[in-house]
Formats: sequence, structure tokens, C-alpha cells
Amino acid sequence: MANGSGRPLSPHLQVYKFEWTMALSITHRITGVGLAVGTLLLTWWLVAAAAGPESFARAQKFIGSGLGLLLMFGWTWALFYHLAAGIRHLVWDAGYSFELKEAELGGKIVAGASLGLTILAWIIGLAVW
Amino acid sequence: MAANLSKKSLRSPLAEARGLGSAKYGTEHWWHQRVTAIALVPLTIWFVFGVIRHLGADYTAFVAWMKSPFSAVMMALTAAMTFHHAQSGLQVVIEDYVHNELAKVLSVLAVKFVCYALAAACVFSVLKISFGA
Repeated sequence: MANGSGRPLSPHLQVYKFEWTMALSITHRITGVGLAVGTLLLTWWLVAAAAGPESFARAQKFIGSGLGLLLMFGWTWALFYHLAAGIRHLVWDAGYSFELKEAELGGKIVAGASLGLTILAWIIGLAVW
Repeated sequence: MAANLSKKSLRSPLAEARGLGSAKYGTEHWWHQRVTAIALVPLTIWFVFGVIRHLGADYTAFVAWMKSPFSAVMMALTAAMTFHHAQSGLQVVIEDYVHNELAKVLSVLAVKFVCYALAAACVFSVLKISFGA
């Protein structure tokens, strides 16, 4: 790597043994990008509602279709994951939970909470459909 | 800047940079990401359960929801914070993976323009429904 001095830089990812918390880290980034793409559907939904009943019905029909529901389910999980992992990051920012055991416990809570909240949201969603 | 870094120099990049003056900024981007992240915690929870309640809603029910001042303000805030957070997050991702300077700057600009255009479309739509007949 060219850092200009000819001195070695600190090693990057590939030299480290894989830990499952690394997967959590990159998943935070991937869900963030996925959610950003998902804002297109949110925008369509709101703009369609502002445009009138026919265009809103078209948007609702797409969201209620098989593909629409699959996307909504994926985005629900991505949103809860990014929310939970984001709170984990805020805890780190505040200076807590850096010990290995606490960090691993936090990771398990994030993974569990994202799945649990997704299932809860869809149980409620399908109940009030 | 790069011209000062001789290949033969034994000085570290930090030593080369010292004394050249501060860049005058540094933490704003990080801080804005945190501010929007914290704002999005309650907004996201409101949003998910609000959307769930209106997944199969007809037009009248949806309009009634957005006509409530509380819901309209929450939706507008959610859109504003979401797109502000999204453009700053996407900027970091682009800066990490796109190394060609021109491609990097152009894609960061494109992301920011698209995000703020979508934010404006969302907020305008909420206001139109809320104030509309």
C-alpha cells in the first residue's frame, strides 16, 4: 500500500481470524444501503397518496403483491437490525461495552432483537390487515 | 499534498502532515450521523407500527391518518431524518470503496442530490395530503 513513506501500514481485515461479530458489522452496513434503496418505495407510497386515490391504489396493490410483501418483510428485518445495531454503536460511542464478553452479548442481543421484532411486527401487521 | 510525500522519506505520513495546519473540520460528519441516528430511534418505532397499521389501508383511511397533525409531523420528521442519515451513511460507504477521485466525488454528489430530492418529495406529499381537501 502506498502511504508514501515506504513503512508498513497496519494490517487489514484479511489477516484476522473470522469472528461472527465481523458478520454483524458488515451486515449493519449492508442493511443501511438496503434501507436507503427502500426509501424509494416509501417515497412512491407517499407521492402516490398525494397524487390521488387511483395512484395510491396502484402503490398499495404492489405492496400487497408477493414481491411487495417479500420486499416489505426484508426491509422490516433490515430496519430492526439497523436500529438495534445502531443502538449498539451508540452505546460504544458513549464509552461502554468494549469488553469482549459484553461486546459478544450485545451482538447476540442485536441478532435476537432484530428477528424477534420482525416477527412481532408481522404478527401485528397480518392481524390488522 | 501528495507531492510532499517522497517515496524515499523515512518520516511517517503523520510527521509529514504535522505543522501544515488543521483541516478546520473533522467531527461534524460523525456528529450529524449520531444526531440523526438518535432522532431516528423513536421515529423508526413510530414509523414501523404506523405503516403496519396502514399496509392494506384504502385511500380514505390513509388520508385520515396523514391529516392528523401528529402523524403528519412525525412522517415529515421521519423522512427528513431518514434521508439526512441515508446520505451521510452512503457517503461513507462510497468513500470507503470508490477510490477514483472523480467517480467518488460524482457519486457522493449524486447520492446527496437524490436523497434530498426524495426527502422534499416525501415532505411535500405529506403536507399536500395534510392541508388538502
